[in-house]
Amino acid sequence: MILVHALQFIARNGQLPGESGLPTLVHLTLVTIKIAGLAVLISIVVGLPVGVILGHLHRGSFVAINLGNLWRSLPSLAVLAIGAAFLGLGLNVVLFALIVLAVPPIITNAYVAVDEVDRDLVDAARGMGMTERQILLQIELPLAVPLIMAGVRTGALFVVSTTTIASLAGYSGTLGDIIVNETSYQRSGVLGAAICIAGLALTVDALLAGAQWTLTPRALRRRGDGREAVRSLTALVEEPATAGKLS
Amino acid sequence: MSPPLLLAGAGPIIPSFGSPRSFACERNNGTFCWHWFSTNWSSVLWPALRQHVVLTLIGVGIGFIIASTLALFAHRRGWIERPVVILTAILYTIPSLALFELLVPVPGFGLSLLTAETAIVSYTLLILFRNILTGLRGVPAEVKDAARGMGMTPRQMLLRVEIPLALPAIFAGLRIATVTVISLATVASLVDNEGLGVPILAAIANNGFKTELIAGGVLAVALALVADALLVGLQRLVTPWARRLA
Repeated sequence: MILVHALQFIARNGQLPGESGLPTLVHLTLVTIKIAGLAVLISIVVGLPVGVILGHLHRGSFVAINLGNLWRSLPSLAVLAIGAAFLGLGLNVVLFALIVLAVPPIITNAYVAVDEVDRDLVDAARGMGMTERQILLQIELPLAVPLIMAGVRTGALFVVSTTTIASLAGYSGTLGDIIVNETSYQRSGVLGAAICIAGLALTVDALLAGAQWTLTPRALRRRGDGREAVRSLTALVEEPATAGKLS
Repeated sequence: MSPPLLLAGAGPIIPSFGSPRSFACERNNGTFCWHWFSTNWSSVLWPALRQHVVLTLIGVGIGFIIASTLALFAHRRGWIERPVVILTAILYTIPSLALFELLVPVPGFGLSLLTAETAIVSYTLLILFRNILTGLRGVPAEVKDAARGMGMTPRQMLLRVEIPLALPAIFAGLRIATVTVISLATVASLVDNEGLGVPILAAIANNGFKTELIAGGVLAVALALVADALLVGLQRLVTPWARRLA
């Protein structure tokens, strides 16, 4: 019953009968995408070079791996609180918390991906006279794409679902606004917004799966890769947990 | 010092932090006001930390009992696995903030510990169930054959062979579930008014009172790290054979 009301709420684009001037679901979703996208982009720009270069040098495994373990145990609201003490409430601190959550899996995966590229291949490339730069860009990176993208997808998944806490940190305009406002929107509205967020997370994951497929060198593509479009769900069902739920 | 005169209906122009007898560093919201910290430790922070530990123990405890029961059933009868995983995975994808809010209007729940723990436990199930089952399934067939050959009953095999060998996977699950619960329990303060989320949310509502933000946040992070380290220690204690190998 409540599910029907929630779907009707989505169909009404987040409007409540008898009230005007409410932000539409489409608008809130777009703002959520904007914040999540910005956070993921910054996380990639920060995390990827670090992980890839450490992996190429086969150095710093302790840092790269333990960062991942440490990150698993950071409560998101605590990160937000500590960040807010220095950055103040608002968009900055939300972005900070999201980036703190997304960077470690990206670094850890990028490190492991590049570190584990077959050493014989790298030696062969070096023997053929390739420069370090060529080895990195033409041998190691293409071979590391699947694992690197797995890290990006993990990070993106956390970011999208954690964007809701933005509304707790004094930044309104995301789908979290509906979720924290049960008084106005009723349970059906909250459930509707939750469905939108879950849908958004799955969509982002599917898009990144597509990007992974496109970036993976043709010879490395496995038959199943295209079909496991929604890794988050399949991973939840098929693999033991390696990371917790953050929000 | 008398409070500044205010026009009727106007809000205070300078936000005031804390009670009237607050300290200077509290009023001007310095980065970390030790004075506030030591004054409010026993009345605000320590109770919140204690409640947070209790919230976590209850959540992980109940989650572990439910998940291990389900996993033991699924270990004997394989068909149980699918429906359990699908159901718990659906629960897992709901943002926690939304689940808390959704449970509040349900009769019998309301703003209570029950609401907080119901949501928290539902998130531990998938992690614990999957890891316990993976651990039990990962026991090598030769080992089980040897145990059977020694005349062990299925019950003896489970208690003396399968569960001990599954302990590393079980502990991996427990560690993740515990830090997850500690994280979610901060958000649970919205519906339960307990735990370290209380000072954090109060500080946010109080125009971002820095001392309380840092104190609450650091305590939550520290609790998560300590809990994780304790579980690692416990794992080493109960799996002495693994230590000898390493």
